[in-house]
Amino acid sequence: MLKAAIAGVGRRTIQGIWRIGFATRFFLLVLFYSGTAFRRIGLTIREIYFSGVLSLIIILVSGLFVGMVLGLQGYETLQTYGSEEALGVLVSLSLVRELGPVVAALLFASRAGSAITAEIGLMKATEQLSAMEMMAVNPIARVVAPRFWAGVISMPLLAALFSAMGIFGGYLVGVVLIGVDEGSFWSQMQSAVEFEQDIMNGVIKSVVFGIAITAIALFEGYDAPPTAEGVSGATTRTVVTSSLAVLALDFVLTAFMFRGIS
Amino acid sequence: MNGPQHGLGKITLLAKSRQGLFLTNENLVEIEQVEFGYGSRPVLKGINLTARKGQVIAIMGNSGCGKTTLLRLIGGQIKPSRGVVRVAGESVGDLDQAGLYRLRRKMGMLFQFGALFTDISVFDNVAYQLREHTDLPEDAIRDLVMMKLHAVGLRGAAHMMPAELSGGMARRVALARAIALEPMLVLYDEPFAGLDPISLGVTGNLIRRLTDTLGLTSLVVTHDIQESLKIVDYVYFVSEGMIEAGGTAADILASELPFVHQFVHGEADGPVPFHYPAPAYADELRLGTRHA
Amino acid sequence: MNRTVIDLWVGVFVIAGMAALLFLALKVGSMNVVKTNNSYELVAKFDNIGGLKVRAPVKSAGVVVGRVTDVQFDAENFEAIVILRIDNRYVFPKDTLAAIMTSGLLGEQYIGLDAGGDTEMLKDKDKIFLTQSAVVLENLIGQFLYGKAQEGATE
Repeated sequence: MLKAAIAGVGRRTIQGIWRIGFATRFFLLVLFYSGTAFRRIGLTIREIYFSGVLSLIIILVSGLFVGMVLGLQGYETLQTYGSEEALGVLVSLSLVRELGPVVAALLFASRAGSAITAEIGLMKATEQLSAMEMMAVNPIARVVAPRFWAGVISMPLLAALFSAMGIFGGYLVGVVLIGVDEGSFWSQMQSAVEFEQDIMNGVIKSVVFGIAITAIALFEGYDAPPTAEGVSGATTRTVVTSSLAVLALDFVLTAFMFRGIS
Repeated sequence: MNGPQHGLGKITLLAKSRQGLFLTNENLVEIEQVEFGYGSRPVLKGINLTARKGQVIAIMGNSGCGKTTLLRLIGGQIKPSRGVVRVAGESVGDLDQAGLYRLRRKMGMLFQFGALFTDISVFDNVAYQLREHTDLPEDAIRDLVMMKLHAVGLRGAAHMMPAELSGGMARRVALARAIALEPMLVLYDEPFAGLDPISLGVTGNLIRRLTDTLGLTSLVVTHDIQESLKIVDYVYFVSEGMIEAGGTAADILASELPFVHQFVHGEADGPVPFHYPAPAYADELRLGTRHA
Repeated sequence: MNRTVIDLWVGVFVIAGMAALLFLALKVGSMNVVKTNNSYELVAKFDNIGGLKVRAPVKSAGVVVGRVTDVQFDAENFEAIVILRIDNRYVFPKDTLAAIMTSGLLGEQYIGLDAGGDTEMLKDKDKIFLTQSAVVLENLIGQFLYGKAQEGATE
């Protein structure tokens, strides 16, 4: 009984390692065939529409609410130390450094990532990818690579929009609703948030997240078993795996970037 | 302007290249002693098959006997573990990617449920290969697409989306798409599956007519006896990974071979048994024995 | 979907995203003012720099005139060496005092430059020889307690 369990774990580990190797090879192939994505920019633009533009509503609304909550909670806490004017600093640093890239990435993973996986999985299940191969069109160049680059381009833009909306939300709650001084809200923010440290690092994070999420979504779709359960399982796996990857990468990147800075 | 003349030049080139083929070897497809398996499970155990130009060849057998695998071998999607698959004299398994893509441009494939690209219209589906592989200007492409759609009787559906088509119509559009570049070989994966009697007749008729008018060779994988025997020149029977029998439509109908007979007449029991292997029935119901 | 409509929306999306990035960069953050080609370097040594960090501001009369670019340790004299970068527009006399100050009660520390009266100005790579170290809280408390103890003893 125990031997069977151990054998099962061993087997699954080997399968997992094999899968990671296969995924890496797939990722390198996508990079190799990316020329088409840029030569026929129309394909990539179309995918930016489906990944980026259609995610705008959820990103903007979530950003607004997260910012408003930050404003409320932040005010509560800062008030006990008499430092309400630091609300701008609290809201902006939290958003630009962490919440913007991470939450936008998680939302992107669940909206656009799952859509990509489902679409490619279904194309595989209905033999559209095989048909493309038989018509001497490389499906990786034509279908996968444009979606990859669209995701990588959309992610930092969405994260920036999320942070901007969040700051606006914090402003709405803090300054307009509660009555924190508007001048100190913005001036303290300006002196505390640094371009290279905070904003650029936030952008770098969101690009890395974009790469991770889109690569995982594309691989799961391409590798999905061509059945209904296969595609739905792949979609779920995309959301779970890319969310975990985003959080893990966030830790690694934060430790690397913000070492030694208070 | 150079555009239209250049395009017409390409069309006549296509016709000329096919003429050239008639002068050499008569066999378009040659499969010699091909073996193939998925991992440890052997699917094809030594297949020998030839298809001459201009013929409609049917490959029949019950489900899971390896018919679709054969098509994938011919298309170069998989490589045989032993033996040679030759199309127009070239060994498919030995081609590099560029060579394989070159060969595939001269082949068309009709997938089981059409495999149309669902995000673009019928017109764009048929125009797909023309846009990808030729430099023809849009008006030349439009004319060609309309010609192909007219040949399958769906010119009026040009601007519909695949989701709006019935199964039979989708398959006809897929056929128009497969012949867009006037290939020399068309592979059909179960073209008759799931169609109503009228669509069956239409599809069979189209396969025969297109093969004759365009001078193609058609390889039809199917298990529909009635429709295919009406239109084929030669039939191969595949069972257990080997060719069991081959002959013209008349030969097959008259065949005394038990497997062929069971298949043609749709008998419930014969060489392909009704019962899936199981322990003896009496034992299963525990009749005649008392267990303490 | 119509091709032109898609292009339009993608254009709007990209422009909006860039605008958000610009908003963050300009209105929210502060672009690093001091660039290497229009600034000069000064060196200052301190007994104790307290919590001073690299990239802390250098202010004079409360206005940011430069940044701290490096903090090193002098192993011979056991002092802290601080490298400052000052904007070219501002020159300071040789007898300027560099003091480590704290902004607010619990704020971060910065270097405050108090200009002297010398006619000669500090040049690139010059050393500021008048420095005042940071106020360390423990020493302050120790002084306070010691002072209190003294008072108690003399009564």
